[in-house]
Amino acid sequence: MTDLTNSPAAGVPRPKHGTLLTQDARTAKRNAAEKRFQMYGMIAIGIGLLMLLVLVFTIVRNGAGAFQQTFITLDVQLLEDKLDKNGNRDIEEISKVSTFGYSPLISQALEDKIASANVQTELSGKQLGDILSKSAAATLRDFVLQNPELIGTSVSFEFLASSRVDGYLKGRVTRDSIANDKNISVEQLDVVDQLVESGSIKKTFNLSFITGADASDQRPESAGIGVAMVGSLFMMLVVLALALPIGVAASIYLEEFAPKNWITDIIEVNISNLAAVPSIVFGILGLAVFINYMHLPMSAPLVGGLVLTLMTLPTIIISTRASLKAVPPSIRDAALGVGASKMQSVFHHVLPLAAPGILTGTIIGLAQALGETAPLLLIGMVGFIASNAPDSVASGLLSPNSAMPAQIYEWAKRADPAFYERAWGGIIILLLFLITMNTVAVILRRRFERRW
Amino acid sequence: MPVLWLFLIIVALSAFGFIAGRARAYQSAGGDVRNLHSLPGYYGYNVALTALVPALAVLAVWLLAQPMLIENSVSKMIPDEIIAEGSNRSLVMSDVRRVANGLDLAVSSGAMTNDEVNALSTDTSDIRATLGSIGVALGSDVSPEVLAAAQSYRSKSYTGTLVMTVVVLLLAIGGLALAYTRTHKDFRARNVVERGVLGLLIIAASLAILTTIGIVLSMLFETMNFFRLHPWTDFFFGGTWSPNFRGDSDLSILPLLWGTLYISFIALLVAVPIGLFAAIYLSEYASNAVRSIAKPLLEILAGIPTIVYGLFALLTVGPMLVNVFGRGDQGLLGVEWMSGATSVLTAGVVMGIMLIPFVSSLSDDIINSVPQAMRDGSLGLGATKSETVRQVIMPAALPGIVGAILLAASRAIGETMIVVMGAGAIAKFSLNPLESMTTITTRIVSQLTGDTDFASPETLVAFALGLTLFVLTLGLNILALYIVRKYREQYE
Repeated sequence: MTDLTNSPAAGVPRPKHGTLLTQDARTAKRNAAEKRFQMYGMIAIGIGLLMLLVLVFTIVRNGAGAFQQTFITLDVQLLEDKLDKNGNRDIEEISKVSTFGYSPLISQALEDKIASANVQTELSGKQLGDILSKSAAATLRDFVLQNPELIGTSVSFEFLASSRVDGYLKGRVTRDSIANDKNISVEQLDVVDQLVESGSIKKTFNLSFITGADASDQRPESAGIGVAMVGSLFMMLVVLALALPIGVAASIYLEEFAPKNWITDIIEVNISNLAAVPSIVFGILGLAVFINYMHLPMSAPLVGGLVLTLMTLPTIIISTRASLKAVPPSIRDAALGVGASKMQSVFHHVLPLAAPGILTGTIIGLAQALGETAPLLLIGMVGFIASNAPDSVASGLLSPNSAMPAQIYEWAKRADPAFYERAWGGIIILLLFLITMNTVAVILRRRFERRW
Repeated sequence: MPVLWLFLIIVALSAFGFIAGRARAYQSAGGDVRNLHSLPGYYGYNVALTALVPALAVLAVWLLAQPMLIENSVSKMIPDEIIAEGSNRSLVMSDVRRVANGLDLAVSSGAMTNDEVNALSTDTSDIRATLGSIGVALGSDVSPEVLAAAQSYRSKSYTGTLVMTVVVLLLAIGGLALAYTRTHKDFRARNVVERGVLGLLIIAASLAILTTIGIVLSMLFETMNFFRLHPWTDFFFGGTWSPNFRGDSDLSILPLLWGTLYISFIALLVAVPIGLFAAIYLSEYASNAVRSIAKPLLEILAGIPTIVYGLFALLTVGPMLVNVFGRGDQGLLGVEWMSGATSVLTAGVVMGIMLIPFVSSLSDDIINSVPQAMRDGSLGLGATKSETVRQVIMPAALPGIVGAILLAASRAIGETMIVVMGAGAIAKFSLNPLESMTTITTRIVSQLTGDTDFASPETLVAFALGLTLFVLTLGLNILALYIVRKYREQYE
């Protein structure tokens, strides 16, 4: 501290009779700098939290609409001479009638509805039909094939409205925004308005978004995330079945048995580096090894699960090792002292005590794998439209499917803004899963964590 | 699914072995456990593991090796003449596989019998139409050579699977019998089992190395293939990226690298100041209550999947930026600098938000590991808190913070979804952050999605890009870890 003997810097004037009770200019400056510095910190935290808030707000505002859907209630006459000419209710013969046979029935029902609601319009039946989803005839046909006994009667049926009508009721589509839209016209919206007043068009909870399958570009109103959810579930099963045992075994070896030598060092450096490898590299590995070399089927949840397993392993190993390390050596010593072998002390005492920590780490690793998208793009889990949920475990693993994040990406790529609402809605569901998993992990940690 | 059944049979055998082995051990000890060398369960495990492990290992290796061996031998059957111009051997082989799978399906659906399939010839029947009728679509007519290859492929696969089943079952039964006969009260079952379990643990631990080797090899081979088809000088030193699927494309990494680094730079420009100040505030100023709320909330940002950030960039931040910097007179600034929602700024800002918690929690750890004595010394000399942070803590923590920033940079370079959705697809050198640019990861995704032909440089370039990305991030990580470790040693 030789500086003490130096004279004060020339530029700083010193008051002759300084007192600690009055602030001199320099102190005031320093204190102001202190205040400012603290302010920067608060602003930084504020920005971070604001971003979180904006993100959550955006997701909820844009995605909430996907959970509601516009339906039109129509009374359809299931005319016997159209659907079942011979009148013998033979399911084979009924199924010969294609969706074109059902469209006139729906048009007729729509015209009846419009007449009974006293709606004045000059639109033709075809144009009126555009109010309904393109899937309306197929839905009715499926319903009739399941309930052939209803032919000849009149049933009240809820049809999906087209995505433009749906958007109009949700405020996404306005009369100004459709100026160049060939799919809907202002006259059709007039009809919609009057039907809403008469109560035949209304928005209700959209269960088929949560349980249904993806739909083609033309029918955003009937797209759902359910089948992709099943695909994600099968991938998570694969990850759990492989990553947990392998990860725990590797951690036990590295933490309890491995001698300190260069091989162990290489393995450890390797694992910490693998944890930081970009996820897309694992996708390239999966494409080259599992699909190009081993000829496993493209888009199969099994392949997705294998890739995600490799990606999650380092995470699980690192957290498992941490919880093994947290078990105090006295436990091991006591077990060895009463005659247990090294292996017995680990499997009978250390492992059960570390289990809550291992479980927590595994759940967090699974949550990370559930939200991962990039590797799935490369192994073809995007762009595939799975129309049905798989019917068995084997087909769930091997038949092409999508996964939740891949499905969201797919929707975000499409041109129709109606799909964006689906994408945000899908994100809400995905985040609900992640929040649940992380909450379970936190609860497990709180409940079972032991401080030694 | 014969493999699943085989697996279940082996597992059942080993379960039976456990019970049988334990019973035999009891018997040899005359029903008195004290006469046994090990606990009776160990004799059971010994039999079970001897039956299970070798059989499963052989099964796994066989499943990996068989396709390659068959592929090689069948591939030799195809004469060079029938490989059409612009096509190649691997394309013809995928035809062969498709025909073979189609024939399998025909047999299993009952449309043909096995003998009929083996007697098929292109002269007498139209294979394409036959397979089409059971739902297997073929791109072109089947040539006699392809059909012959497919038939041989089928028969070899069939024989291979049959031999595999027999070998694996024999191994399981043999192991079971061997271990069962060796089961005796003086047999040191525990030692044997523990040695076996240790072996399994070692195998699990070396899987990490296998993964790395797999990553490097899979990319290295394809990269070498790529450099055989495309000059490496163009890849590393060329100036343009314009893939052209008719061939003759310019595939240079430099414009992509520029886009990647530019976007990462903007991301760090957002994340580092915010993250660093947040970390300083949390560790030096915040009360316990604020800290316990703000820290987990910030870390939620790190747990959000990147697809969410991607969507946020594409649908929220991008249009917002266009409203500010674009749309001419209707925009906020009345300027026309930005046309589309995708731009370097869009991706960079959103990626920066994603990296905030990453930087802040790493820096938080590092600032906390600066010894308290240094703070106390500085405060005791009359420095204010901010002076202590700036002049004592920061210099002490600087190497660690540099390490944290390097780790964040490696994350930014390898990030995929945000740039795929937010950065755009145009490869160019430009300094304008409002233009859309493309990155290495974006190009990997676009070259490898859809129908991939592993013989064209346009597809294979993705592997060269992937290898570069891998080396780049690995280098950054190792450097960062080295710096952090070196720094930690100073205060321990």
